[in-house]
Amino acid sequence: MSVAQQVQSNPAIFISGNEAVALAARDAGCRVASAYPGTPSTEILEFIAAYPDLYTEWSINEKVSLEVAIGASLAGSRALCAMKHVGMNVASDALMTQTLIGAVGGLVIAIADDVGLSSSQNEQDSRYWGRFAHLPVLEPSDSQDAYDMTRFAFGLSEQYAVPVILRLTTRICHVKGLVTLSIPQVKEGRKFTKDPSRLVMVPGNARQRIPLMLERDKTLATFSESCSLNVIEQGSTRQVGFITSGAAYCHVREAFPDAPLIKLGMSHPAPIEMIREFADSVEKLVVIEEVEPLLETELKAAGIQLHGKEAIPRMGELTPAVITPAVARLLGKENTIAAVGVTEVFPRPPTMCVACPHLGIYYCLSHVKNTIIAGDIGCYTLGAGHPWNALDTCISMGASLSVAQGIDKGRSEEDANKNVLAVIGDSTFLHMGMQGLLDITYNKGNVTILLLDNRAVGMTGGQNAPSSGLNIHGDATVKIDFRKLCEALGVRSERIHEVNPYELPTLFKALRDEVKVKEPSVIITNQPCVLTERYAKQPPLTVDTDKCTGCSNCLDVGCPAILVARRETVIKPNGKEKVLSFVNIDSAACTGCNLCINTCAPDAIVPVISTARIDTVELK
Amino acid sequence: MEQITNILVVGIGGQGVMTAADIISQAAILDGYDVKKTEVAGMAQRGGVVTSHVRFGNKVLSPSITPGHADLMLAFEPAEALRWVTHVRNGATVMVNSYPQAPPVVSVGLFDYPENPEQQLADHPINLVNFDAGNIAIHLGDRRLVNSVMLGAIAAHLTLSSEVLKTALLSRFKNKGAEMLALNDAAFEAGKHASLTPTQ
Ligand code: SF4
Ligand code: SF4
Repeated sequence: MSVAQQVQSNPAIFISGNEAVALAARDAGCRVASAYPGTPSTEILEFIAAYPDLYTEWSINEKVSLEVAIGASLAGSRALCAMKHVGMNVASDALMTQTLIGAVGGLVIAIADDVGLSSSQNEQDSRYWGRFAHLPVLEPSDSQDAYDMTRFAFGLSEQYAVPVILRLTTRICHVKGLVTLSIPQVKEGRKFTKDPSRLVMVPGNARQRIPLMLERDKTLATFSESCSLNVIEQGSTRQVGFITSGAAYCHVREAFPDAPLIKLGMSHPAPIEMIREFADSVEKLVVIEEVEPLLETELKAAGIQLHGKEAIPRMGELTPAVITPAVARLLGKENTIAAVGVTEVFPRPPTMCVACPHLGIYYCLSHVKNTIIAGDIGCYTLGAGHPWNALDTCISMGASLSVAQGIDKGRSEEDANKNVLAVIGDSTFLHMGMQGLLDITYNKGNVTILLLDNRAVGMTGGQNAPSSGLNIHGDATVKIDFRKLCEALGVRSERIHEVNPYELPTLFKALRDEVKVKEPSVIITNQPCVLTERYAKQPPLTVDTDKCTGCSNCLDVGCPAILVARRETVIKPNGKEKVLSFVNIDSAACTGCNLCINTCAPDAIVPVISTARIDTVELK
Repeated sequence: MEQITNILVVGIGGQGVMTAADIISQAAILDGYDVKKTEVAGMAQRGGVVTSHVRFGNKVLSPSITPGHADLMLAFEPAEALRWVTHVRNGATVMVNSYPQAPPVVSVGLFDYPENPEQQLADHPINLVNFDAGNIAIHLGDRRLVNSVMLGAIAAHLTLSSEVLKTALLSRFKNKGAEMLALNDAAFEAGKHASLTPTQ
């Protein structure tokens, strides 16, 4: 068979879990999808946005995003809202009431847990929200499951008028596998039906809805017992059986190919009776779940004897390499996986991009003494690392301003003379930071705010936001004016400065002036993230090696294109040793932002063209 | 258990590690296998460590390669090869681009770049194939061709047919013009040639 024929005879496509969710939403006739970008969930909306028949939006934050999806569902359309685990903390206010109202058009909430913390401020287990909000939780274990279960979720949601949580994890979102699609459905929107006793959650009405919600719990529990997503795989041994779900299922199945197990596609409400029966059929029962011992606790409370987190790690990803030795210990057996040595190699922490507009800011901040700097969530959190070490806190999205206000108000005598700064990105500011600024102005705080407007959600790949003036499709829309916005939030116009972050002297001056002022000030930077199309490259630079004195000032900029070519130890006149670092610039990577030029006293950093001339001279 | 081939692709954010893994996956699909592919990369765009796991066979369950079980490693940078070499099995082929790239923490002197990584790699029970793919790419006219050079290099060491691998690679450049196609084809062939005549 030729390669082309093979492709035709095999309709399966090779896609990530995120893409599978997106395709499933489209094929289920979903009409509205919303999200705020966040790893590992970002791509779900990016993929959906490519389907022209669906309304998609980058919302301002996850609460808004969920509320948009809720509205669409109440209007009778199928709707999907995607977020990362920490996003649900933001959206939870809406979630806890929506559960009383329920869904009209199928409402699916995809929550992606960053298990193993590839880029998050904490690790959370979103299955808790199912228990907390009385909602069913579906847990796909690979791309095919992600596709099938997302479609199933829309149906389930409509059948029981209940929002459904689709719990994804990193190893579902970002794993590519083969997926066979099923026949697409078209779902028209339905008419909005007024029903205040159901839709208006004033206490009297809400009180009526709670018993209905509890009744729904029971119905769903019964449904779970026979739900086609909960599968028993018999296996050929009886010594140990497993209860598992999500990505953990794949790892368990691989590590113990012959063991009987229950794969819970619908893990909440759990099919307790099904599990009880299964428990009797095996000698030892082990629950393997990623992160928290949720099922373990539920099953133990139901009187089922089993093992769980006393053997299986409670944090990080589960893989065959983690599960196998843990279960071996439980069974009193030798570990079957040989220990693998570790090679000691330098760390390679992520750095800001070459020419990132934040480099200049952190260069300045690392040179300003006597400061306390509250940071926030975004690329600029990397300012906490080498070479700047210029952040003192980072808690949650939008927290920099309110934390800085707290530091200002709560400071001790000893810190009386310190400058309190808050650093926040444009998208983060719009997401949750504005309220903090209002608090600062309203309560007369003394905080200098650096609003790093790079016109994008840089961290997740440069997605659009109201600061870019473009929507999810790249179409022009409202572009927010940060100066006016800050003024509206109570900052005096004299205290608002817009600066080009590549102009170090201007930046320094603005900083030095504003920290002295005893009222809120905002310094807004105005150059785009280099990952976006808005960034324009300039001719690259190089180092004139004859002029470089090895002072290494330019290295403090932290641009990854500047490298040390050679080190030399010299004895200073005072007898002390000093290490000189002579640099060069990786001109193929340099985009000519000219930032480093400002830091080079001997003018050794020059356009590439002039070295070419030097080279020719030497050649002659 | 059914035979599964485990391929580990390692390098630095921005080098095209994930693209290379994707192309190997596509080739395996074309050869009729079940495939899973995943990357382990925190903030990959920003110069951090990137590893991608490709597993193919009749039925693949877990996407993760158990440490010590990789059958082949494709390393885009020598220090990264050293970082991950313990994840391959004895006798595995380890294909290394010997073109080093030190991160800022090394170039400013906080950490040292490993001394002679090739020698350290050679101390492991592996089949080391080590050549300067970066230089070959630069000579062909574009350092981004390193990806195609490396893929050419593993072609001879893979259970997949070399033709299928090349098809999967070149299909990426179908719409990029004849010149790009020819360049990547040449890079693939140059890599294949280099891997058979290693400069150890
Ligand atoms: S993605 Fe944009 S904001 Fe983030 S480090 Fe790179 S240039 Fe800077
Ligand atoms: S001009 Fe300097 S700071 Fe800007 S990209 Fe080039 S090397 Fe980096």
